[in-house]
Parts: sequence; C-alpha cells; structure tokens
Amino acid sequence: MSQPENGAPENGVSADDVRKIARLSRLHVEDAQCGNLADELNGILGWIEQLGEVDVEGVEPMTSAVDMSAPMRADEITDGGKRDDVLKNAPKKDDGFFVVPRSVE
Amino acid sequence: MSDLTKLTLEAALGGMEKGEFSSVELTQAHINACADAGKLNAFITDTHELALEQAKASDARRAKGTVGLLEGAPLGVKDLFCTDGVKTCAGSKILGDFEPTYESSVTANMKADGMVMLGKLNLDEFAMGSSNETSAYGPVINPWRKDEDLVPGGSSGGSAAAVAADLCLGATATDTGGSIRQPASFTGTVGIKPTYGRCSRWGTVAFASSLDQAGPIAKTVKDAAILLESMSGYDAKDSTSLNVDVPKWSNSCGQSVKGLRIGIPKEYRMDGMPEDIQALWDRGIEWMKDAGAEIVPITLPHTKYALPAYYVVAPAEASSNLARYDGMRYGLRVDGKDLNDTYDRTRTEGFGDEVRRRIMIGTYVLSAGYYDAYYLRAQKVRTRIVQDFENAWQSCDAILTPTAPSAPFAVGRKVTDPIQMYLNDIFTVTTNLAGLPGISVPAGLNADGLPLGLQIIGRALDEDTVFKAASALEDAAGFTAKPEAWWT
Repeated sequence: MSQPENGAPENGVSADDVRKIARLSRLHVEDAQCGNLADELNGILGWIEQLGEVDVEGVEPMTSAVDMSAPMRADEITDGGKRDDVLKNAPKKDDGFFVVPRSVE
Repeated sequence: MSDLTKLTLEAALGGMEKGEFSSVELTQAHINACADAGKLNAFITDTHELALEQAKASDARRAKGTVGLLEGAPLGVKDLFCTDGVKTCAGSKILGDFEPTYESSVTANMKADGMVMLGKLNLDEFAMGSSNETSAYGPVINPWRKDEDLVPGGSSGGSAAAVAADLCLGATATDTGGSIRQPASFTGTVGIKPTYGRCSRWGTVAFASSLDQAGPIAKTVKDAAILLESMSGYDAKDSTSLNVDVPKWSNSCGQSVKGLRIGIPKEYRMDGMPEDIQALWDRGIEWMKDAGAEIVPITLPHTKYALPAYYVVAPAEASSNLARYDGMRYGLRVDGKDLNDTYDRTRTEGFGDEVRRRIMIGTYVLSAGYYDAYYLRAQKVRTRIVQDFENAWQSCDAILTPTAPSAPFAVGRKVTDPIQMYLNDIFTVTTNLAGLPGISVPAGLNADGLPLGLQIIGRALDEDTVFKAASALEDAAGFTAKPEAWWT
C-alpha cells in the first residue's frame, strides 16, 4: 500500500491491498472479486477522507463514551465448572474436548 | 373481550392488576396475532409454548401477591440478546443454531420483572444495517405499506415491526448508530437509546462496544419508560456499566416542560431533506413552544463529520469483536484444506456481504501505517462532537431534531449503495458517538401516509428531561394512526 506522509493512501486501495486486507481479516476472496471490492472500499474510504477537514490539533482522542475510570475488582474465581455448557455448541467435540483442525505440522 | 393486542403495555399491566384478564389470556391473544403475521417476517424464533408457561407462572405469582414491573406482559426480544436455552443467532448464518447456556443481563432483568417472551426478533446481521435487509433470515416487512413492501428500518426492524403490528406489547432493541430510533421512526413507534452504560452489554452479541447500547421499542413514551426501567441497572459483568440509580422515568412522562430550553441545531437542516420532514420539524418546534418550552437556536458544527467518523470507529471495533467467529468453539464450521483455510471459508460463508465489508474496512483502518490516519483521527473527531454537545448544553436542556432523513423506503431500493444506506443514521449517530440519550417519537404522517418521527436528545444521564420532552411531543402530536392489517 503506497503511503504518503499524512497517512491515507493517495491512490486508494488496490486489488493487491484487498488480498492483504482479506488475509488479515481471515476472509476468503476470489481473485476475480478483488477489483470490485477495491472499488467498493475506495468509495467508502473516499467518503471517510472528509475527516481530514476537521481541525484536531491538540484534541485528545475519545476512548470512552462516558467519563468514568475502569472499575477494579478482586482477582477471584467466581464462576466455572461448566465444561458441558462450554462445549454445548461446539461444531465438533470428543470426550470433553473441542476437536479442531491440526495447527502444528 | 376486546382485542387485547391493541392495549398499551401500561393499560395491559393495569388490566391484569384489576383482574380484567390474565397473563395467559393476554399472551394467547398475542400468540394468535404472531401466528397471523408470518408475512412480516418479524420473528426468527418463536417461543410460544415457553411464553404460555411463563404466563401461567406469572398468573400464579400474581395470585400470591408477587407482581414485578413487567408482570405477565408478552414482549419480544431482539435476537441479539442471548437467551438461556433459546436459539440466538444475531441474524447471521455464522452462529448456526447457537443456543446460549446463559441469559443476557438485560433480559435477565426483564425476566426477574415478570416478562413473558414471545420469541426472538429479526434484525440486520449483527445489527449492521438500516433496513433489516442484511439479515440472513430475510428482510422484515414494514406493517406500513404504500403500493409495495417497505423496509421497517434497521437494525431493530423486527422489534419495530412487531410493536407497530401489535404482535407484542413492547420489545428490546439495540442502537449502535440509530438502530432503535430510525426503525421507530419508520414504523410509528417510540424508541429510546439511553445514556451509554445504562443497560448492561453483558450477554448481548457485540457489534461496536463503545457505541452499542440497548433500549426498548414501545407503543407510547410511557411504555418505553416502563421498559427502560426494567432493562437498566448496574452490572458488575460489564466494565462500562454505570453504577447509578435507575430513576422512575414513567413518573417523568406527562410533567410540564414549561421553561425547558429546547435547542434547534441549524446543521440538521440538510440540503435535499424531504419537505414534509422539514415541515414536521417546524411543527414540533411550535408544539414545544405551545407547551411552554423556550426554543433556542444552537450550533453543532461537526455534525457532518459524525457519520464518516462512525464508519471508521464502528467497523474497527466490529472487526475486532467479530474475530471470535472462527468456527472452532460454536456456530458454523466450513472445513477447508488446513486450519487457516477453515477459518477463511467459515467466515466467508458465515458472514453476509455487509458484515464482510465492514470487517474489511475495520481491519484496514486498524492496520499498520493507517491507524493514525483513520482510527486515531476519527477518535479525535469524536471528541469534537462531544465538545459540540457540551457547548450546546450551555444554552439548552434538550435538543429537538428529525429522527431520520426519510420516510420508510421500498425493499431493495438502497441495498446496493452502502453510503446511501449509511446516510439513514445522519441524525441519530451523533448521540452514539457522544454516549447521550435519544428518543424517537412518532409525530405525523407524510404525504404518502407513512409515519415520521422526531428525536429528542438529552444530556448524559438526563433521561428524565428526555422523557418529559418526548411526552409533551407525544401529547401535542396526538399520533393515533395505525397501519391497516394487510398481513393477516
């Protein structure tokens, strides 16, 4: 992705960028769709570009919708022993375990 | 016995209190109405047998003198709230037939107050949409019609349609950018998004956590107040839940607005806004003036940047929240050639177009090299929007605006143009970004005989004033129109 100094890409996202975004998003995108998806994303990103008009010099980013500090709690176990509940909706399970595809060769 | 489904929640609770009818009778009347309304596609899952059991249990409790706030009232639950033992799928294929083994805090509060649950209501997939057309379970059809099928708005389209069609006495909904208020406006119902943190998010399927907030859709302002009283409350399981008292908002309804300062933001007068919406807003201003309120022109200069900021923040949070759907622990799994391919295929088949689009935008704006340009900038613009409101509160106590920039539109009309669809939330999204309460009240019909709503926005935690003003608006509007029951 080509990137000028102010951050946003000058020429928008390319088909290659779409492949990269799809990989990061864990989504499967057919090669034939990449061009259309790039156009679609560029339409939305182009519209978002107008945020560049706002003067945000010295403005703190908003991270919480309400003015409150994160509450503290005691680090205690308050729940558990629910193996069957946890496994209830598993697509595949065996003998009290999730069954998943091999992840280490 | 007259038709029990025409009652308001308040009247139905009163009728049971006086012994005029039982919860079983009231519930059966609503089950019959639901059974006749398949064409609206408002429900994804019916729980009619469960509802009758709950109604029986409620009648038994009442006989013993135990009466909760919602005792015996048949209600609908948006299918974003996890319900113990009842399928919860968020309008998505990726959750499959997911059956939670726990109850969301909001619905747990309502059950403890005596709710009878008729079923789980249809919605846009993961609440992402403004027309209910992104649901994997098909679009909800608005009970209001004009020659063709219209959308009920979204994402809480099932909740709004079910209340408008008298299928339930009220319903839960959620609002991330306008998903309670816009459908309320489209269906002639009342919908309130309270202050962020009033309703616990625990057990509600997450979309954008800093914006998501639950609230009710109801037939009247007072019904909405009663429902919100039950839904709200501190919950240690949600770290953003506010540890504050829940006022008796139903007592605020009907109180005088004399001397209340109502702000009218000039930036909400948009080019190309339909004339009847402009006219309705002007009428709303007159109504508030006649009720004794003082009208104050205000400015919210960053209004036009709210939607683009939202379409950075919301997809960013969604891309993170929806990373959990990997096909391993619950929901759909589509086997691929290895683990990564299984992830990719599961998510690609499980998510619909709009959800995939937002995940990709969110991933992009959070990716290395773009975070500052998009996400950080949007969060700073969000601070500007909060400052706009803080400045406005210097000169007014509540703000009056239209709820949505249009009346309900035809099914299929906007689905192909994402930005056109996003513009539906132009008047509602600012309160999500700022965490403020906002309510939509049905205020009139347009030239086509379709409902239009007006919105009241209040200060954080000042739902009291919001309900007062909304109730004055409701009284003045005298909105009694109902859709003709073409679906039975």
